[in-house]
Amino acid sequence: MTDVVTDEARAGEGVTYDLVVVGGGPAGVAGALTAALAGLRVALVDSSARLGGQYFRHTAVPARAPGLDRFLRQARALSDRAEVLSRHQVWSVTREPDGDLLVHANSPEGGAVAVRGRRLLIATGAYDRPLPFPGWDLPGVLTAGGAQALLKGNGVVAGRRVVVSGTGPFLLPVATGLAAAGAKVLGVYEAGGGLGLARHPLLALGKAGEAAGYAVSLARHRVPYLTRHAVVEAHGEREVEAVTVARLGRRWNVLATRIVECDTVAVGYGFVPQIDLGVQLGCATRHDVDGSPILETDAAQRTTVPMVWAAGEPTGVGGWRLAEIEGRIAGRSIIAHRRAPGAGVEVAAGEVAGVLARRRDRWRAFGAALQQAYPVEPGWQGWLRDDTLVCRCEEVPLARIREAQELGATDARSIKLLARPGMGWCQGRICGYAVACLAGEPQQPPRRPIAQPVTLGALSDTDTPHDSAH
Amino acid sequence: MTFAITVDGRSVPVVPGQTIGAALHAAGIRSWRATRFGARPRGLFCGIGVCFDCLISVNGRAPERACLVEAAPGDEVTTS
Ligand SMILES: Cc1cc2nc3c(=O)[nH]c(=O)nc-3n(C[C@H](O)[C@H](O)[C@H](O)COP(=O)(O)OP(=O)(O)OC[C@H]3O[C@@H](n4cnc5c(N)ncnc54)[C@H](O)[C@@H]3O)c2cc1C
Ligand code: FES
Repeated sequence: MTDVVTDEARAGEGVTYDLVVVGGGPAGVAGALTAALAGLRVALVDSSARLGGQYFRHTAVPARAPGLDRFLRQARALSDRAEVLSRHQVWSVTREPDGDLLVHANSPEGGAVAVRGRRLLIATGAYDRPLPFPGWDLPGVLTAGGAQALLKGNGVVAGRRVVVSGTGPFLLPVATGLAAAGAKVLGVYEAGGGLGLARHPLLALGKAGEAAGYAVSLARHRVPYLTRHAVVEAHGEREVEAVTVARLGRRWNVLATRIVECDTVAVGYGFVPQIDLGVQLGCATRHDVDGSPILETDAAQRTTVPMVWAAGEPTGVGGWRLAEIEGRIAGRSIIAHRRAPGAGVEVAAGEVAGVLARRRDRWRAFGAALQQAYPVEPGWQGWLRDDTLVCRCEEVPLARIREAQELGATDARSIKLLARPGMGWCQGRICGYAVACLAGEPQQPPRRPIAQPVTLGALSDTDTPHDSAH
Repeated sequence: MTFAITVDGRSVPVVPGQTIGAALHAAGIRSWRATRFGARPRGLFCGIGVCFDCLISVNGRAPERACLVEAAPGDEVTTS
């Protein structure tokens, strides 16, 4: 990979930062600000145009969101005290012979930048976990988070007649947000549950206010909320025109179907933590409650690799409040480490004991309970047909995956070698979950040599997206 | 307070701060490229830079993710 690194510019002109943070969501900003306020030299690198990550997305005129005012104050305070590199996509982190870490990023102008730091905080968040189904690649089918990003980050309502489907509590803010912005939300089809909103797990978890708020909003906009239902097929020529909604059995097998006409579908089956940078550096991983690989961290948010911390969704999905608390704990632990670098886990953990750690543990338990309440059941595999694309990038249909299995591929890795799912631009981020399920094996940590394609220009020399020959 | 970009010569309004992908989607343009093998239409899917479905060429540059690139006045976008 050295050939890529040679003409890199150095951010900060010869500065070695005490801390480099990757990710400008609630976790990264809280960690960076905590450290910067204590006098550490901090750089934060984030791919978006504005700080905020996935939850605190905001346009020039920010909408109301719980915690947003406070976050914007934090972001301003951070910009005064730290180097903030927005629109910089980190594709790799390497270790220098003296132990420093080099964070390699693409700059918005298309050049390459390296940021040098003694310590690293990985706060790269998560992305939607989609499941394939016939027609899921039709334009107009979006991930739930994608619909939310359009609305919160761009002020664009994803469609006029929208169906929301998938599993998990995230479907609720997506549906109520779309309805409040003027879309006709034809239904929220929650594959799991079986209990309905009145007995939503948010209530059992003592979040009655939040659940009631969504229930009131859905009722006001006359949005039906149906559990044990899901979109199992999207229909249309050039874009989605209708979907098949199925009533599902306990394991998500289809019991009965009907057609719903719509122009937009928002689907999401939970989130996939973004852990590539940690895996590249050799950080140990473990499986979260829902089976997602996450970075293993101790009480002080330290990974198993020296000088590397992680906070927020890469250590397990649990919402923005948990992400912020973890970021603050990481920040404190990093401060303690700079003061007494040799002192080990005990000092760092001692620093964070008390209120913050207890709050973190409560939110973690909450996140784990939600993950447990919304498992993905295997019946979705029965929604696929032979010609259903599993991998959107390389256009690999189910039949080719089954063929690879018949040829002897027994695991996701050999399926990938034979049938090429996950070998395209997204590097398996979108289909990785489905391919592992189809292979009947647990989710594996991603083995990607680079966290982001270096430059699309370079990649597209051999492989252009506009080449639609064949 | 909108400005315009052109998409294959056609003018599309943009609210400052919007990405190219969001502006196109809002204007009812929901697909802007065809896949290599099946020539299937593609536009926004993940909306946050993960899936690479939304690749587009802006001002003759190499393909970029439309959901990440903020639109600038006068941008010329070409679809395939
Ligand atoms: C699309 C989407 C929409 C969501 N919307 C909501 C919502 O409306 N309400 C809600 O309660 N929860 C929402 N969530 C859940 C929410 O993401 C989390 O609860 C919260 O944002 C976690 O905070 P975080 O700091 O861990 O990560 P994030 O907020 O995701 O922040 C991570 C940041 O790191 C950046 N990043 C990642 N990789 C790189 C890289 N290689 N180089 C540079 N930068 C990088 C990302 O661009 C992002 O800005 C959404 C999730 C997604 C994926
Ligand atoms: S919509 Fe997925 S990368 Fe742009």
